[in-house]
Amino acid sequence: MNNFIAFRTILAKEIRRFTRIWPQTLLPPAITTSLYFMIFGKLIGERVGNISGVSYMDYIVPGVILMSIISHSYANVVSSFYSTKFQRHIEELLVSPVSNWVILMGYVLGGVARGLLVGIVVTCISFLYTDITVNHLGIAITVAILTATLFALAGFINAIFADSFDAISIIPNFILTPLSYLGGVFYSVSMLPDLWQTISLTNPILYMINAFRYGLIGVTDIEIWLAFAMTGGFILFLTLLSLYLLHKGVGIKN
Amino acid sequence: MNALSIQNLKKKYSNGFVALKGIDLDVEQGDFFALLGPNGAGKSTAIGIISSLVNKTSGSVSIFGHDLKKQNAKAKSCIGLVPQEINFNQFETVKNIVLNQAGYYGIPKKKAKINAERCLKQMSLWDKRDTVSRRLSGGMKRRVMIARALVHSPRLLILDEPTAGVDIEIRRSMWKMMEEINQQGTTIILTTHYLEEAESLCRNIAIINDGLIVEKSGMAELLTRVKQDHFILNLANPVSITPKIEGYKLELIESKLLNVAVPKGMSLNLLFQQLTDKNIEVLSLKNKSNRLEQLFMDLVNE
Repeated sequence: MNNFIAFRTILAKEIRRFTRIWPQTLLPPAITTSLYFMIFGKLIGERVGNISGVSYMDYIVPGVILMSIISHSYANVVSSFYSTKFQRHIEELLVSPVSNWVILMGYVLGGVARGLLVGIVVTCISFLYTDITVNHLGIAITVAILTATLFALAGFINAIFADSFDAISIIPNFILTPLSYLGGVFYSVSMLPDLWQTISLTNPILYMINAFRYGLIGVTDIEIWLAFAMTGGFILFLTLLSLYLLHKGVGIKN
Repeated sequence: MNALSIQNLKKKYSNGFVALKGIDLDVEQGDFFALLGPNGAGKSTAIGIISSLVNKTSGSVSIFGHDLKKQNAKAKSCIGLVPQEINFNQFETVKNIVLNQAGYYGIPKKKAKINAERCLKQMSLWDKRDTVSRRLSGGMKRRVMIARALVHSPRLLILDEPTAGVDIEIRRSMWKMMEEINQQGTTIILTTHYLEEAESLCRNIAIINDGLIVEKSGMAELLTRVKQDHFILNLANPVSITPKIEGYKLELIESKLLNVAVPKGMSLNLLFQQLTDKNIEVLSLKNKSNRLEQLFMDLVNE
C-alpha cells in the first residue's frame, strides 16, 4: 500500500474542491478584509493614532491576515469532512486500505492550503492600504502554517462530532469568531484594564496573533516562545485526539 | 483458500439492538455466493463489518487469509464494495470518482488511468467520463459504483443489492456483467431481494435471519428441497366450483384463474389430462413464485 499516493489523492481532491468553488472560498475574504482596512484602518484608524509605535493600519494588518487564515483553514476542513460524512463518500476512504493518519493529514493540509491561500490574498490586499516592511519573514510564515494546522485540526474534530449542518456552524460563530476578535486583532491587550488583560491571556488566539504581528511588524504583547510552545502543544494534542477518534470510528462508523 | 472466512461474528449496536448473534461463514475463492435474508436480518451489518464500515462487537473476519484486524490494509486491498445506496461525491465527474478510489488504494496515476478506462468501458460509461455524477441516471450511478469498486482489481467483490430500483433491461445487463467478472476469477458475494437473481447467478447460498445463519448450502442442493411448485392456470372458460383432482391442491382465485400446487415428482401431463376430462381448457400457465422464493419463505418463517 502506497500511502503517499493516497495522501496526494486526498490533498488534490481537497484543493480541487475549494478552488472549484472560489467565489465561495476565496472571493469573500478579499471583500471582507478590504472593508476592514477601509473602515477600521483608514477611516477610524487615522483618528486612533499609533499603537506600540506603529500606525493603527499597520497594527491591525497582521491580525486581520491571521484571522482570515484561522477562519478559512477551520471552515475548509469542517465543511469538507462533514459533507464527506453527510454524502456518505467517507465510505470510499473507510473501505480502502488508507491509514487514518493519511486521511487526517490529507484533510488538514487541504485546510492549511486554503488558509494560506486566503492569507496570501488578504496580504496582497493589505499592500493596497499599507507599505509595511516584513520584520521576521521566517517567524511570520511559521506562525501562519502552525496556526492554519491547528485550526484545520480543530475543524476536523468538529466535523467528526457534527451530526447536522447546524453543528458545524456553532463553533465558528459562537467560539472562534469571538475569540479572534478578543485576541487583539484590533487592539493591544496592554490597552485593557488589568483584569481583562489577565482574562485575555487565557485566549490561545492572542498568542498566535501576537507572534504573527511580531513576525510582520516586530511588535508583540507576549513572549514569542510561549506562542510557539502553546501552538505546538495544541497541535500535538488535537492530532492525537483526531487519530484516536478515527481509530474508534467515532461519528463515522455505525 | 477461502475468499472470506467469518467466525462467531457478533454485533450489538449502542442502542442495545443485536444485529448479529454469532455467525460463521466461509466463501470459497472463485465462488458466486448469495447472502439472503429479510430486511433487518443482519445482512448489511455483516457486509458493513467485512468492509470495515461497521465495528464488530466480537468474532473474527479474514479475507484471503488476512485477518481484518491484524492485517487490516492487506485484507482491505482484496475487497471491492458496491453498497446499497449511492455514496459517491455527486459533484465529482465520473472519471474522478474512479480515479480517486484508485488513489486511495495506492495505485500510481498512470496505472489508475488505464484501470479507470478499462472499468468505465466495461460498465459502458466511458462516454460519460467527464459528466458530473449527479447528472447521471439511476442505472448509470449504480454502474459508476461498480466501476469504482473494480478499479483496484479486487479479488472479492461484494455487491449489496446492486440491482435495487433499476429497470429490467439494466438489471439483465448487470447480471451479464457480474457473470463475466466472476468468470474472470473474482469471487462475488451478492445480497439481493430479487431471488430469481440469486437463483440464476449464484452457486452457493446462505440465508440469514434474526442475526443467525439459518441455511448454508449449494444452490442446486437447496433447490432439490423444494416440496412443490405453484402454478397459476389461465382458463379458457369460467368455472364456478374448484375442481378436485387427486394428488394436486387446487384453489380457484377467480372464475378463470386457478392456483395449482404440484408436489415434487407429480406430472403436469396427468394434471392436464384430468382437467381435459372435466372439460376445463387451459390457455396458459405461469409460475406463481420461483422455487428459491418458496424455500426462502419457509426458512425465514420457521
